[in-house]
Amino acid sequence: MTGVTERTRTIAAREGAGVIQVQAELVATRPVGAYQHLTFVAPGIADLARPGQFIAVAIGDATSSKLLRRAFSIHQVTPAGTYGDTVEVVVSAAGAGTQWLTAQPAGTSIDLIGPLGKPFPLPTSPVPCVLVGGGYGSAPLFWLAQALRERGCPVEIVLGAATHARLFGAALARTAADGVTITTDDGSAGVKGWVSDVLPEVFERSSAAVVYGCGPMGMLRSISELAAARGIVAQVAVEEAMACGVGVCMTCVMPIADDDGVTSMVRSCLSGPVFRGDRVRWDAWTDGICHVPDDALGSPGWAGSDPLPEGES
Amino acid sequence: MVTAAAVDLSVDLAGARLANPIMTASGCAANGPELHRFIDVAQLGAFVTKSVKANPQSGRGTPRMAETDSGMLNSIGLQGPGINAFIEKDLPWLRSVGARVIVSIAGSTAAEFATVTRSLVAAEAFDCVAAIEVNISCPNVANRGLVFACAPESSRQVISLVRAEAPHSVPLFAKLTPDVTDIVEIADAALDAGAHGLTMINTLLGIGIDTERLRPHLAGVTGGLSGPAIRPVAVRAIWQVHAAMRAGRLPLAPILGVGGVRTGTDALELVAAGASAIQVGTAIFNDPTAPIRVRDQVADLIAGHGFTRFTDVVGIAHERTA
Repeated sequence: MTGVTERTRTIAAREGAGVIQVQAELVATRPVGAYQHLTFVAPGIADLARPGQFIAVAIGDATSSKLLRRAFSIHQVTPAGTYGDTVEVVVSAAGAGTQWLTAQPAGTSIDLIGPLGKPFPLPTSPVPCVLVGGGYGSAPLFWLAQALRERGCPVEIVLGAATHARLFGAALARTAADGVTITTDDGSAGVKGWVSDVLPEVFERSSAAVVYGCGPMGMLRSISELAAARGIVAQVAVEEAMACGVGVCMTCVMPIADDDGVTSMVRSCLSGPVFRGDRVRWDAWTDGICHVPDDALGSPGWAGSDPLPEGES
Repeated sequence: MVTAAAVDLSVDLAGARLANPIMTASGCAANGPELHRFIDVAQLGAFVTKSVKANPQSGRGTPRMAETDSGMLNSIGLQGPGINAFIEKDLPWLRSVGARVIVSIAGSTAAEFATVTRSLVAAEAFDCVAAIEVNISCPNVANRGLVFACAPESSRQVISLVRAEAPHSVPLFAKLTPDVTDIVEIADAALDAGAHGLTMINTLLGIGIDTERLRPHLAGVTGGLSGPAIRPVAVRAIWQVHAAMRAGRLPLAPILGVGGVRTGTDALELVAAGASAIQVGTAIFNDPTAPIRVRDQVADLIAGHGFTRFTDVVGIAHERTA
């Protein structure tokens, strides 16, 4: 393993696991618009990680009252950078845990696990691809764009956010893609409106075969529906609250249809976070709550099951 | 001076002989392969599986969890593959890696517990099962959704039916809820009905409100509270039941202690209160290596106190009260 400094320590790295737990060192932290860009020295993770995968970060030390890990899509990895093996993420300080994380100075020791989840599948032939990011959801797309272009795929990037300050990576996009379109809800940058307003034209002019999306669930749904209507494959990285990130807590589930059309409540940390857009049961969400579809395997409405009373697990 | 390596951690839990007293808590470690990426599950005293019911269960909608101070609320709804898939896939996997297994079973009716037990004991991989944990702290559909372990009669009924299906060589542990007026009364009913031991405690029922939306955080409204926040409740429940055993009001039986254990020190609290083994649950979400870390920390602490056997410390606090 390269890049092990005195400030980092491997906690768990079992042979064949494909994921490690490490006491990492935060070596750089800087604001980018409304977000904070964090760089960790995390020996071993960079070599394993692929675009679309994420890390799960512990908040505070071993006595912290915040027990649940926060998941962040990996923005970039550098297997042998100046500092050693680095992993970068972009954080929005939305709650107490992320506020703690973004307030930490360089030099802080932080427990993280990664890489987790399934990466974005890459096309086997050099087909045109459109990459769509909402807010800081764009974080993994530049790295993905690089991997796609190495395969000869023409790449267009579409970034959308509420305001100019909530866009992430507009400058990065210009170097990573053949074409860039920006939208903001308030018109403070690019086209005034949503990404779904510009996507039909981008799909048309790029002759896109695949669209990749990362951002809020409502945006992913629009991407998936616009793609499906045009016979374009959508690969979307979903967002659901996770307690562990490693597949043991069963909180980050969502209804996903399999090859045979059977819907199950699937862990987004293990089977995702990237799912084909046409497999996600978008109809299940209403106002921030995801209901179990009646036809889902083992649902209360499913043949052979029994009703779930109110109560604990 | 006793070294940690010299401490005998082995336990005999009503006939289940385990190399050490540290286990996963049901529902906090899935069914093994996920956690095995971080620790060797065969190194645990036992791996406790997620409660399995007769049929596949989708569980509830989301959000299913909300973080709380030193804990969390969950409302998973016993999502699982059903007993047939469990014995075809999950149990053989645990056996293949050399794990000792405690299978947690659940049901919406007392009869469902019996059905699940019947399928389980007939499983080809049943020889890796060290014990069965009967999760009577889940709601009883037939009885207006009340939790079995909230009443002595429903606790007794489930344990009796499971007892009739399980071989006598495999001990049964009844998992109790602390959300009752008198946990000793429930423990008495479970032991009298044929449980060989008790697992204490399951989560406490709670509700969190999302103050942005001014509505409950969880899609299922209520959730089970777990994590270090509930540890004093676990210590209290274990204390009360173990004290009743010492006083001869209950038959002497092993208690699997669970509730808010994050470190060896936390575990030692439960052990000194009367727990003969320790399950690590929510702490795994924070640190997947927690069960093995707790095992090593417990050995260090016991050695530090000058004891040579884990069992020397079980219930010791009852001998040291004023």
